[in-house]
Amino acid sequence: MDRIPILRMGEFLLVTIQVDMHDELAMRLQDDLTNAIQTKGAKGVLIDISAMEMVDSFIGRMIADISGMAQILDAKTVLVGMQPAVAITLVELGLTLPGVATALNVDRGMQLLRRSMDDGDDDASFQR
Amino acid sequence: MKNTTISDAFGKRRADIQAIWTKQLTSAAGSAKGRLSSTELEQQARQFLELFHPAVQSNQLDDINGSEWLEVRAFLEDLSRRRVLAGFSSDETALFIFSLKRVLFDILKDESAGDAMQMADHFWQMNVLLDKLGLHTVKSYQRTREEVINRQQHELLELSTPVVKLWDGILALPMIGTLDSARTQVVMESLLQKIVETESQIAIIDITGVPTVDTLVAQHLIKTVTALRLMGADCIISGVRPQIAQTIVHLGVDLHGVTTKANLADALALALKRSGIAFTKK
Repeated sequence: MDRIPILRMGEFLLVTIQVDMHDELAMRLQDDLTNAIQTKGAKGVLIDISAMEMVDSFIGRMIADISGMAQILDAKTVLVGMQPAVAITLVELGLTLPGVATALNVDRGMQLLRRSMDDGDDDASFQR
Repeated sequence: MKNTTISDAFGKRRADIQAIWTKQLTSAAGSAKGRLSSTELEQQARQFLELFHPAVQSNQLDDINGSEWLEVRAFLEDLSRRRVLAGFSSDETALFIFSLKRVLFDILKDESAGDAMQMADHFWQMNVLLDKLGLHTVKSYQRTREEVINRQQHELLELSTPVVKLWDGILALPMIGTLDSARTQVVMESLLQKIVETESQIAIIDITGVPTVDTLVAQHLIKTVTALRLMGADCIISGVRPQIAQTIVHLGVDLHGVTTKANLADALALALKRSGIAFTKK
């Protein structure tokens, strides 16, 4: 059974989605990620979707869900590396992912997370 | 039976027809001087008659859509295409066929030898035939013209969306002209692509050159801004003119969450500030 690896980088977690997502994989990822945030005490999650070339409403919702779950567990989610075609598709689908922070690449996403850590727990300052 | 006579008359007097017609074409082409030489005209007339003659002999004068007229039609299509590209007007192009009327009528008058009924019949048949050919020419002229316009539109579309780099990490997109769905799509795609290539964090869309903003255009702008945000870049819209600001409010368009500035300078200043770049005066 394949699963999506969750890498730990300091106090953040890095999830790189490289395969086609399907329902079961997505549910498993939600499971694994929430557990990992809990056990490792992560303060931020980076979801790298730069390898994803197609997206549907299901995946869009899944990303929003994961972000919401992480939020409740006091970890911030940054979605990084979205491809232009994916962004256009999501907008056309009306999935604008409000409340999900985004960054151009993992590097920038990490900076964003660090800055928000430095600024303290003020969520408003997180949205650049 | 009558058709055979037209065809006979045509066969008998073909050399005359060609000579008179060429002369007419050359004299009528006075306005077209420089675009078409008289030798070219003569050649075109000869080629046309070479194709026209067998088609007339086929006795299918009522219907020019048949296979007998295939070559004539192809010739006329080619002729109108070349004339479009050479910058001829539609009436100048149609005149090529219509000028043949006079010549053929004169010849038919000579050949019918006073038989008024037959002459009238022939005139009518020839008239209908040449009208159809003329209309076909105009139709092909129009089609080629539309192709040219479409191509130019396409080229314009590609030219009109330059993405420029203002600073390291800051891109600008000066939009000029009316925004429609097709254009916005191209603009959005090229901007997003450029964001990925240059890893820029801020994009400024300047709409100084956009004459009007309606709900649809605003919708497109909001979509672009949202797509940019999803990719992790910020977007500033600049060059909002007073009238446009009024229109947007009157239309009830919600631009919350979109940073707008009155001009490009202000937008650049904000972008630099967000990037942590500051200037001091010496």
